[in-house]
Amino acid sequence: MKDFPFLSVLTLLPLVGALVVAFIPRTKAELAKMVALGWSVLVLVLSVFMWVAWTVKGGERFQFRESYTWIPAWGANFTFAADGIALVMLMLIAILFPVVILASWNDVDQSTRSAPAYFALLLSFEFTMIGVFAAADIFLFYVFFEIMLIPMYFIIGSFGSGQKQYAAVKFFLYSLVGGLFMLASVVGLWVLGGKTFDFTELVKATASIDQNTARWLFLGFFVAFAIKAPFFPFHTWLPDSGGAAPAGAAALLVGVMDKVGTFGILRYCLSLFPEASRWFAPTAMALAVIGIIYAALLAVGQNDLKRLVSYTSIAHFGFIGIGIFAFTTQAGTGAVLYMVNHGLATGLLFIVVGMFVARRGSSLVSDFGGVGKLMPVLAGVLFFAGLASLALPGTAPFVSEFLVLIGTFSTNKGYAVVATLGIVLAAAYVLWMIQRTTQGTLNPALTEVPAMSKDITLREKVVVAPLIALLLVLGFYPKPVTDVINPAVEATMLDVGVKDPVPTVEAGGKVGG
Amino acid sequence: MDPLKLPPIDYGALLPMLILFGAACLGVLVEVAVPRRARNAVQLSLALIAVVAALVAVVLERGTRTITIGGAVAVDGPTLFLQGAILVLGGVSLMLIGERSVERGGAFVSEAAVTVGSQRDMQQTSGQPGATEVYPLSVFALGGMLLFVAANDLLTMFVALEVFSLPLYLLCALARRRRLLSQEAALKYFLLGSYASAFFLFGVAFIYGFAGGIQLGEVHEAVANPQRSEVLLYVGLGMVAIGLLFKAALAPFHVWTPDVYQGAPTPVTAFMAACTKVAAFGALLRVLYVAFEGVRWDFQPVLGGIAVLTMFIGAVLAVTQTDLKRLLAYSSIANAGYLMVGVLALNDEGLSSTMFYLVAYGFSVLAAFAIISLVRDPDGEATHLSKWAGIGRKSPLLAGVFTFILLAFAGIPLTSGFTSKFAVFGAAVEGGQTWLVIFGVITSMLLAFPYLRVVVLMWLSEPGESTPAVSIPGFLTSAVLALGVIVTVALGVVPAPLIELTRDAAEFVR
Repeated sequence: MKDFPFLSVLTLLPLVGALVVAFIPRTKAELAKMVALGWSVLVLVLSVFMWVAWTVKGGERFQFRESYTWIPAWGANFTFAADGIALVMLMLIAILFPVVILASWNDVDQSTRSAPAYFALLLSFEFTMIGVFAAADIFLFYVFFEIMLIPMYFIIGSFGSGQKQYAAVKFFLYSLVGGLFMLASVVGLWVLGGKTFDFTELVKATASIDQNTARWLFLGFFVAFAIKAPFFPFHTWLPDSGGAAPAGAAALLVGVMDKVGTFGILRYCLSLFPEASRWFAPTAMALAVIGIIYAALLAVGQNDLKRLVSYTSIAHFGFIGIGIFAFTTQAGTGAVLYMVNHGLATGLLFIVVGMFVARRGSSLVSDFGGVGKLMPVLAGVLFFAGLASLALPGTAPFVSEFLVLIGTFSTNKGYAVVATLGIVLAAAYVLWMIQRTTQGTLNPALTEVPAMSKDITLREKVVVAPLIALLLVLGFYPKPVTDVINPAVEATMLDVGVKDPVPTVEAGGKVGG
Repeated sequence: MDPLKLPPIDYGALLPMLILFGAACLGVLVEVAVPRRARNAVQLSLALIAVVAALVAVVLERGTRTITIGGAVAVDGPTLFLQGAILVLGGVSLMLIGERSVERGGAFVSEAAVTVGSQRDMQQTSGQPGATEVYPLSVFALGGMLLFVAANDLLTMFVALEVFSLPLYLLCALARRRRLLSQEAALKYFLLGSYASAFFLFGVAFIYGFAGGIQLGEVHEAVANPQRSEVLLYVGLGMVAIGLLFKAALAPFHVWTPDVYQGAPTPVTAFMAACTKVAAFGALLRVLYVAFEGVRWDFQPVLGGIAVLTMFIGAVLAVTQTDLKRLLAYSSIANAGYLMVGVLALNDEGLSSTMFYLVAYGFSVLAAFAIISLVRDPDGEATHLSKWAGIGRKSPLLAGVFTFILLAFAGIPLTSGFTSKFAVFGAAVEGGQTWLVIFGVITSMLLAFPYLRVVVLMWLSEPGESTPAVSIPGFLTSAVLALGVIVTVALGVVPAPLIELTRDAAEFVR
């Protein structure tokens, strides 16, 4: 099974599915939905096989490597390979897409918009997402990095709500600007690195690039990824996009797409430009910590549910950021685990918020109130999603947040302490949001909306169940995931050239493992 | 005194040009001999056959590397590649020029001399078949372009410049609708073009004064071992460059472009945007690489500044446009800037990537103008942006194609726009011109905005009362559209064959 070309098949499969769905006539919306769901489940099944085929013990850093010639004159190849970080991200994608497709079942207003088009866009978005994580050739990575904007642009612009045009254009331009900075760096890297795009060869070649140039090249990549992630101060597009996108797509936006930024920093910035990474680390950590506090404060003040969740997401990306730039294996593993858990928790939160918004026809917090009396189960799910999002012990995000904080504390005490404040603020924005929407006296306006008294449906139960289950399981037993992540993070830290600090308290033992 | 001897002539190498000039002369005779009804079909077939025959001749001569007729014409890799490119793009443009089914009688006026707004003008607007002189004129222009990229001495280059410019001036004036705008455009183009030609010629005189010869090889020798004042060289180079930069539409010699692109009949605009660009940059490459390579350190910063200025002017002014043809004109100015980045790499990569860019851009821009010719209201083409609102709802296929072309212009991967930008930027970094790449990237960001605005308008805006119907494209326009899109995809996804071709061709003879 090891020899099966998992990554290329996995990449192309959703593209084929998108084409199939796109050609289903607009009148047969149900068929299109079924095909899209079936297709994404097929991708999930294949991903599970890939997970099983992965060699955990003593495996190479990059597995499932495939390479096909593309543009020999430039040394660009279709090279796919996954390390542990990419593997867990691919699994996250494979899990989230069927969930989101099922959650978006009735999101498309049939009278004005075409449902097959929406689901075809979702599948083509899955194609670009898998491609960007599976690519091991920088040219190929860049191609996916840019084209993933197009499906999301149309999803937000055509199927969103509120200021959708503004949000779609802002989203596209921000990402494109970042991408073009990266293009300049990719061109520079390509010329200086001996006209190859192969990641492993470039890692060797970049050692000979002079310090100043390497820092500029690093900056090009970093800006692109910082916009994508997004880190403060490049974050302003996310609340607009998250607020305007359909809830399911927003879950993918923050759950999967934004991870490309942090993944890119880990894979490309750190390994290709170790010296520059160390040089920039204090700045990056400062930005990340500012992001944690600033976005959390803004989240507290939000009255729009979708924007609120977007801001919490920015705060979480701050945690991932300090985890990456703390340069310890613990913090690094924590950061990657955080990427997975955040995808599950915030994905769930967005989807549940979407269920609320679909019933109420509004995403304003002030339009809710005491919903728990009408829909106890759905309100309970929102409560759980909120708790997972604020990293309550017992849910998966706690493990990752804890790892990030102790990993960071061993090298950067100050940042870790300030970041811990973010946890307090997280409790504030989540609990206050829950209180204002589901607790307290019932908002009388809600009784006039018949949909508000319809509690969670079977379809919605199927949507949230796997995410809740995963959040609980990974909260208690994260080992299968950390075992996959750890070697990849260790290899990255080796590329950066840092060693984990030796514990000073002998009796303290190893924490987190 | 020695008797004048005829220099040896390699007719095989000259064959493509001879075919086109011959066919153009024949076309003039057709105007006299063939009855009016049959003329369009005969002229279009003649022109297309001539282009195909010339293309075959170019392919047959693909191995030729020679300088012939007394050093006037150089047939080498770049010449043959660029001639092939001009012929292919020219053939596609001819198909647009030949389209007669989208508008009754075609895009051209039937009698250009009739006073605008007169009784007879009213009659001819309403469906009299368009002038067929456009075919021989286009073929003359194509022949001139072939000679322009092959010219090995500056005087031949000047003659070729005039041969392809004069028909273009005329073609610009021949629009069926908005004739005053069209005539104004032609006059503007003619006057400014004449100035530019004069500068070019004056520059040639200075160069002759400096080098004692006008062949590019002789100039190269003289640059390496200067015998006379270098002031002559710099003044001459500057003036020759002005002439060429004008044709290539680089700032600050670009001011004619928006007016002419807007006023000229759309097929002619497409022809200019695709073919004139190839010809102008072909000549610019030859002059800079063959003759003046020795003073690269002197002209690189100046032309670099011009490239940066061009990219900025093109990108910034494209943002403010409300007319699609003007928007595309500014986009074409910005693209001239990107091409200049490739030219200024001054290495083999620069040469091959510029040639790649010219072909890729040519096909995309032809498709873009073909689409513009299809969106019409009762007054002709509806080029004002507001009229395109919500057109994606009415005709998703057309809007989809246009979106794709615009994404290609914006340089999104998997389109030729990305691969060609990557190629020129890569060449420029290699040639030590990283600063140009940085400005190129910054202007690309600016330039993405106007393209995106059109995409938003087409898909995300609600169709208004005035959103025009989209004409059903005739066979010729459909073929142009299909070709443009296929090539734009193909060069974005599998650019390798064309890259190899440009690399093999990237060597000038001196």
